[in-house]
Amino acid sequence: MKLNRTKSFGTALLAGAMAITLAACASNDAPAATPDTGSTSDSTSATQEPTSEEATVTLSGTLTGAGASSQEKAMGGWIAGFGDLHPDVLLSYDPIGSGGGREQFIAGATLFAGSDAALKPEEVEAATQRCFGGEPLQLPLYISPIAVIYNLPDLEVEHLQLTAETLAKIFNREITSWDDPAIAAENPGVELPATGIIPVNRSDESGTTENFTEWLAAASNGAWPHEPSGDWPLSGGQSGAQTQGMIDTVSGAVGAIGYADASRAGDLGTVAVGVGDEFVPYSAEAAAAVVDASPAAEGASDKQLTIELDRATTASGAYPVVLISYSIACSVYDNAEDAEKVKAFLSYVASEEGQQRAADPSVAGSAPISGELRTAVEAAIDSISVG
Amino acid sequence: MTVGTPPAPVAAAGPRAADRRTGSHVWGGRVFAGLSYGSGILILLVLAAVAVFLVVQALPALTADPTELEQISWFRAESLLGYVGPLVFGTVLAALLALAMAVPVSIGIALFISHYAPRRLAQGLGYLVDLLAAIPSVVYGLWGALWLIGVLDPVMTWLSSTLGFIPIFAGYQAPAKNVLTAAVVLAVMILPIITAVAREVFLQTPRLHEEAALALGATRWEMIRTAVLPFGRSGVISAAMLGLGRALGETMAVLMVLSPGLLFSFFLLKPGQHQTIAANIAAQFPEAAGLSVSVLIATGLALFVITFVVNFVARAIVARRKDFSGAN
Amino acid sequence: MTALTIERDIQARRLPARAPWLVGAGALAVSLAVGSLGSGPSVPAVVALAVVLYAVTLYVLSRAVEGPRRATDRLAGIAVTSAFGLAMIPLVSLVWIVVSRGLRLFSISFLSTDMVGIFGEMTEGGAVHAIVGTLLVTGAAALISIPVGLFTAIYLVEYGRGPLARAITFLVDVMTGIPSIVAGLFAFALFTLIFGPAYRAGIMGAVALAVLMTPVVIRSVEEMLRLVPNELREAAYALGVPKWLTIVKVVLRTAAAGIVTGIMLAVARVIGETAPLLITVGQLNQMNWDLFDGRMMTLPVFAYRQYAQGGVGIDRAWAAALTLILIVMALNLLARLISRYFAPKAR
Repeated sequence: MKLNRTKSFGTALLAGAMAITLAACASNDAPAATPDTGSTSDSTSATQEPTSEEATVTLSGTLTGAGASSQEKAMGGWIAGFGDLHPDVLLSYDPIGSGGGREQFIAGATLFAGSDAALKPEEVEAATQRCFGGEPLQLPLYISPIAVIYNLPDLEVEHLQLTAETLAKIFNREITSWDDPAIAAENPGVELPATGIIPVNRSDESGTTENFTEWLAAASNGAWPHEPSGDWPLSGGQSGAQTQGMIDTVSGAVGAIGYADASRAGDLGTVAVGVGDEFVPYSAEAAAAVVDASPAAEGASDKQLTIELDRATTASGAYPVVLISYSIACSVYDNAEDAEKVKAFLSYVASEEGQQRAADPSVAGSAPISGELRTAVEAAIDSISVG
Repeated sequence: MTVGTPPAPVAAAGPRAADRRTGSHVWGGRVFAGLSYGSGILILLVLAAVAVFLVVQALPALTADPTELEQISWFRAESLLGYVGPLVFGTVLAALLALAMAVPVSIGIALFISHYAPRRLAQGLGYLVDLLAAIPSVVYGLWGALWLIGVLDPVMTWLSSTLGFIPIFAGYQAPAKNVLTAAVVLAVMILPIITAVAREVFLQTPRLHEEAALALGATRWEMIRTAVLPFGRSGVISAAMLGLGRALGETMAVLMVLSPGLLFSFFLLKPGQHQTIAANIAAQFPEAAGLSVSVLIATGLALFVITFVVNFVARAIVARRKDFSGAN
Repeated sequence: MTALTIERDIQARRLPARAPWLVGAGALAVSLAVGSLGSGPSVPAVVALAVVLYAVTLYVLSRAVEGPRRATDRLAGIAVTSAFGLAMIPLVSLVWIVVSRGLRLFSISFLSTDMVGIFGEMTEGGAVHAIVGTLLVTGAAALISIPVGLFTAIYLVEYGRGPLARAITFLVDVMTGIPSIVAGLFAFALFTLIFGPAYRAGIMGAVALAVLMTPVVIRSVEEMLRLVPNELREAAYALGVPKWLTIVKVVLRTAAAGIVTGIMLAVARVIGETAPLLITVGQLNQMNWDLFDGRMMTLPVFAYRQYAQGGVGIDRAWAAALTLILIVMALNLLARLISRYFAPKAR
């Protein structure tokens, strides 16, 4: 029965060729920015039995978002809080990653997106098309300090003090032992163990890595020779997938050092990083300080509140290792229901209550946005209209 | 197969022949043959569609200029082949290590259950193995990441310090997130699968063959060697391939226990040397868009080729020894 | 092995029945002694040494008294048994870890509540929405792939020959190696093409899982059907039973136990999939019974996302893993009962 194996190649190829027409259709999976109005309204009409008759105040239906997993824990808090305000709205957020989130938003699959990076110029263009001609909103609603974490359980000080230059050398594997003179010089009076340093990085491409390497490149006086990138530039070392993988790996070996969302540091030690002449441990206030001190990014507008973080800042009390994750939405939706729901949700997230909920250390430990930024954000949210 | 008429290509329509009286036998035969035939065609179409979908999706990466590919942040190779190569190597290495550990042990377990353990115990054990085979892979991932890595640390420290002069065991670095750990997790994961199928096959050995061997004065082991193993050979190879397929394609468990790296390296205990295709796709996919998705799917195509080659070889081996197969 | 009792009378020189026990005790004592001499005995090292000592001693003894054939037989017995013992270590530890950690949050309320209003370090909340989602999605996948897979396997074994059968075999072989996330992408592309980009439903995940599951069903069922001796088929034909009835009444029933095992393996292969479900089915913190509309939570996604969030989420992940295993166990039990019902009675 299986004597003529060689023939099966040809047969299969033939079969494949026959199916080409079928699959050629199947391949257009990313519909290039053609907002299918029918399907968008589809998702909204897909309510689970609208119990109460729609009195314009009670919102109902589905509200879907997707994107960065960095926002996932904060989003858990927001979904719960928003659910208290509008129990009839079925709000969901798929943490599929920033890239996937932007792509799905542009394809019209979701009403909002979460992204660790601002939209690229060509994405802004596509998003404008998806938003029925309206400019996309980009709101910095999740600001989170990134902690440099280490596993040295016998160390007596609360925070090890390290400058960006020393950290760059550690992560570039030039400094390989914890009792290196460079580390000792920055930590007078601290008894450092002779343990080897195990640098740990994120194995997946991530906004955390991008922000961390951006800071290393900007603040280390050239000690970090690599380009800032979402993917770790060195290979052949320990690494972990996603934040939890990073935490597990650093926790798994004494002497390990890594970087992660500060709220996840847990029992691990965290570094006070050198800013100017002082050493600043992470805190929500210190992270908010650097955001306030930073200028708007190129291409920013009153709807796209993108920020160019001033990584090399020497401002007193600022903590420059910060991740900003944007909430991306449309300024124009094609029906009132969508517009109202997005407006209500983003208003809640930007409100003091929403920001405080995410700032709770047991939720996401993020830095609440300042009053000034909130005013700008609220103005942008108010501009959401029906087109 | 010599008896029975070749199937008439009947369209898979009409109700199932519920009536089994003599008159409807011809009808029943037609419907049944048609259903089988139709399922075959359906599978062919669906699977071909998947395959072509992948080729079409991967095409931009296959035809892209290297300078375009360099725009992708994690793409550091000279060419697509240079990127896929280490991934293929890592995938095959991890899966083969896992298979090398799992197959002998599973044959042992299967034989223990089918021919050594007391009958009552054997039934319980058989059930246990079936249960273990049914444990979902995300559980193995959790187990590997949160428990096994800690347990393997002293073992690998010892291995590296006493046998470190052999290059493959050199350079261990804690925590134990290296390819050997990944292979152990994969081995444990495929062990019950191979065992479950192998046991089922061993139990099917014709009783007459076994008793004939024993009657000729064979010891239990000789009986197994001459009657059970040859009969079960094709089934065991098939089972091993099923396990290998799962090991090659496993995503989460590998993602959670391996510090990846893209090198052709035989340092089994060093971190950051190897990565498997499936885990790489899962790790890089969330942030990927456009061309980088195509590159990832192109690596998926490479996995297809590996799987095909492996299965091709296995089928060739089985075909050569199909004298014992029932329906040939 | 009834025949073994006979052979005992044929061969005269044999080791006494208690010899293996004595050797075993000796080996254990020696290895304990050696272990305590060293830098403190570790349990695995002592056990490993004892097994090796036992095997060597018994082999040498048996070879001297009973001859090489029996010695090999004993050695093979020890090898088989210790392979079994060795494999039990990780498997038992796995079950133990899942049960002990899973029980921290596992409770009636975990099985009966969803995650509405749960955030941060709150320990309330449960996975009932994920359980329902997993059962629906996996059930739909099984409903698609079991009949198709079963009939395809029947086609390949009983009817198929020529280029079509070879093409199917070829594609099935290749498809067993499909990375799960790729199956997810395929289903995603297929459904967004038909229903627009915003469509998300459990059925998308079911199709993705069916793509992964069907080849496994085909391969394992095919193997089991091939094991049915041709004599049975020929006997049925000789009695004038038509081919299709022979397949239904003789072939399928003879292979029933194996087929059920194969199908359960296939279910287990897909019930724990995470990546394809996250792309296609998404996630939701409350119940959704509608397989054809809206996002759904599934247990593996729930477990993985909870693990990824750390903190109390890790306990929830273990509890979800435990739930998943319990579900699979229950399905397995059910499948065995069904197969016992269909299997031929006389043995």
